[in-house]
Amino acid sequence: MLIVIWELAYRIGVGVLGIWKPYTFPSPFSVFTTLVELIGDNTLGIAIAASLKRIAAGYFISVVIGMAMGLVIVRFKYLDENLSAIILGLQTLPSICWLPFAILWYGLNESAIIFVIAVGSTFAVTIAIESGIKNVNPLYVRAARTMGASGLKAYWNVIIPAALPGVISGLKQGWSFAWRALMAGEMMSATKGLGQVLMVGRDLADISQVMAVMVVIIVLGLAVDKLAFGRLEANVRQKWGLDRA
Amino acid sequence: MSLVIENVGKEFAARHKKTHTLDNINLEIKEGEFVCILGPSGCGKSTLLNIIAGLEGASRGRILLNGCEVKGAGPDRAVMFQESALFPWLRVVDNVEFGMKMAGIPKQQRRQKALKYLKMVHLTKFQKSFIHELSGGMKQRVSLARALTLDSKILLMDEPFAALDSQTKNILQLELQQIWWETKKTVIFVTHNVEEAVLLADRVIVMSANPGRVKKEFDIQLARPRHIESQDLSYMVGYILKELKEEVEKVAKSEYDSDWHIEKDSVLPDADSNMGAGL
Repeated sequence: MLIVIWELAYRIGVGVLGIWKPYTFPSPFSVFTTLVELIGDNTLGIAIAASLKRIAAGYFISVVIGMAMGLVIVRFKYLDENLSAIILGLQTLPSICWLPFAILWYGLNESAIIFVIAVGSTFAVTIAIESGIKNVNPLYVRAARTMGASGLKAYWNVIIPAALPGVISGLKQGWSFAWRALMAGEMMSATKGLGQVLMVGRDLADISQVMAVMVVIIVLGLAVDKLAFGRLEANVRQKWGLDRA
Repeated sequence: MSLVIENVGKEFAARHKKTHTLDNINLEIKEGEFVCILGPSGCGKSTLLNIIAGLEGASRGRILLNGCEVKGAGPDRAVMFQESALFPWLRVVDNVEFGMKMAGIPKQQRRQKALKYLKMVHLTKFQKSFIHELSGGMKQRVSLARALTLDSKILLMDEPFAALDSQTKNILQLELQQIWWETKKTVIFVTHNVEEAVLLADRVIVMSANPGRVKKEFDIQLARPRHIESQDLSYMVGYILKELKEEVEKVAKSEYDSDWHIEKDSVLPDADSNMGAGL
């Protein structure tokens, strides 16, 4: 249905009225053929592989650091009071702002992009862990204490599972931040990857290629969300009985 | 084996004023005794229970368990809360096993004992269910089973049946009486319901509010098993209710406007005036 409207808009806008030039408004068919071409000459395969490798590395780093920071902040009130504002501030800073910084540090290479991805999503993960743990129902902790769970035991058996719903949504948010950072990084400084293919499309004034890559990005994002986070979330929601609204 | 509450006091420091919640509570609870702490809301009875459990510290005084001072919460004093406090990420049977898991008991032994107590509360059919699939009464049964698995001599109960409908409540009260009889635990049971207190307790302790003090103690020497519809029970309830009414009124008056009165149309505006009752 959407595609039909799109095609219609193309026909009327470009063909009949001539409001748009053909290189500013692609038709769904040309996007589709470009997509097939890109897959055919393996540009897309290489680009996706490169991008996924980067995001996997960057996201993994951000989850590890973010979780560690979140746990430490919750544990020590002093750090919480002093660091929370800074972290919130850093999270609002768009990740692309880190790119010049990263290029100066690492040069124009993989590490710079991975750094931008990691920075882009670390703070989102940290904040999610922190608020997830702070919002754990204190009754659970009290009950656990009366049953002999204290310190690390209580953390592992009660606080972490109780914080899981909040933590998952934080990880999800971190993932989307990572995607954005990845694209920003690749468009500015990569020699391969989805962002770079997108920029080549712009340089060649090939709107179909730009559009095709955008479609691929959306599809990949949805797929990861559905397959990884979607399942995890559905599992937790079912256990907790949150589906029965 | 006895529990001694020695000169316990508790103050809360709010921003502008100090609230005196508990003032100089002295109690001794014998082994195997079923004690109900009864009082109007806001008299500090739950606070007292939390102090015994070790979930809150006392401002003054101390709690002695077998001559040792209580510091912090522990599995030697099982607690049952008003909300079941079961963990939603675990299945029923895993919830019941939780305390034993913390104590490091091997899996097989754990499962066996959990099933034994689940059987005692008649919920073996639901062992694989998740918590949200249970009704309120079933949750409190699971919570009771979980508390029993700790094998503590003492069971502390903080209005465990207050949120249940009255039919479910009656059934659970009778079952608790039975289970107490079988397990011979020392139970401290906090409630604001006089019938419940008289039905279950060997001794009812009535507390007064502002500051929280022990106002009066009643020994309930009725035969067991007791039933809610028994005449003797109603007599005892009426007797205690008179004591309690004064307290309830006192608390209510401090919360409502000054012209409020519990019995506007009564010829007996306070508990001391009587028209020949008990002649």
